[in-house]
Amino acid sequence: MSKTPPQIADIMRVSSHREVYEPCDDSFALVDALLADQTNLINHKPNLCMEIGCGSGYVITSLILLLKPKLPNNVHYLATDTNPLAARVTTETLSAHGVEADIICTDIASCLETRLAGSVDVIVVNPPYVPTPEYEVGMEGIASAWAGGENGRSVIDRMLPVVDRLLSEKGWFYLLTLTSNYPAEICLMMRKRGFAWRILVQRSTDEENLVILKFWRDRDDEESLVKETSSASFASEFSRSLSSFREKKWR
Amino acid sequence: MRLIVHNMLTCNVKGVVNKFPLKIVAEKVVKKEVDFNLDFLWHMLAKIEWKALVDGARSLGYSELPDHAEALESNESFLKKFHHALLELHLEEGSLVCKETGRKFPVKKGVPNMLLHEDEV
Repeated sequence: MSKTPPQIADIMRVSSHREVYEPCDDSFALVDALLADQTNLINHKPNLCMEIGCGSGYVITSLILLLKPKLPNNVHYLATDTNPLAARVTTETLSAHGVEADIICTDIASCLETRLAGSVDVIVVNPPYVPTPEYEVGMEGIASAWAGGENGRSVIDRMLPVVDRLLSEKGWFYLLTLTSNYPAEICLMMRKRGFAWRILVQRSTDEENLVILKFWRDRDDEESLVKETSSASFASEFSRSLSSFREKKWR
Repeated sequence: MRLIVHNMLTCNVKGVVNKFPLKIVAEKVVKKEVDFNLDFLWHMLAKIEWKALVDGARSLGYSELPDHAEALESNESFLKKFHHALLELHLEEGSLVCKETGRKFPVKKGVPNMLLHEDEV
């Protein structure tokens, strides 16, 4: 009897600690998005993949597992987190699944930006997205996993320029957001940096409306970029995109 | 922490100019075998800062790497040593030291902690 290798991380084998964010609906939605994009990712042949904010290790482990069958030894995986306990839990989760990634405790990618500029082919982020008072952002312990400040955008907005620096020309960026984070604004900010975007997954749970975005470099000529990124027209473009997405993929 | 990561790390303290490479102070080094992949190694050969790798390997107790890597891409013996140094040596416990400021970044259970204090950002 043949045993099919797991496609994504096995929740029963994910390690835990009371000060580390456990996989939840948001994590599952992000992994579903990667799963939906699996064929594209494999054909993309990334050399270097990175998760920023690895937490329990559920997402990075899943990413490795879904690329491993077709790209067994050619990919280098990195994961960062500000919480040393998350680094430890991620190490355990990776080990429990028989996969490897290099983990660094750092703020976003602060000690890697210089050497990895223009080198990362895939970046995956489930950021601290919950709207909270500003003072809760970056507090030690588990709260740093969700506290996102005003509109839940404090950490997200700090990440975008870093992602722009790190991504290779062919690089892809997967970002989980809530509708409360005003994802249209995020897409506009990325468009102005020369990135195209699309909605990969939209999911409404009891408590949250999740929107998972994918970004890639797509530089347009200056003139059409100016026209395209006028706030009003962009906001309505995003709105249309989200509505039509919802209609197609109802729950 | 493997040397492939050490080769990517810079001191991120504000105002530091000589931020790469970090000096390794090793307390516990572990060897873990990894499958050999030629394409991956060639890809890395183009990106690696060679002297930092040689010095880093020496700090971890491995002195087999040549001082220069030019014209060795097809040399099997060289590639095996490169593979071993880059991917199979793990610094489990120790520290990374900034050459300019002397700031120590601890490495615990194989994970380097590059988090800065408020006044260093």
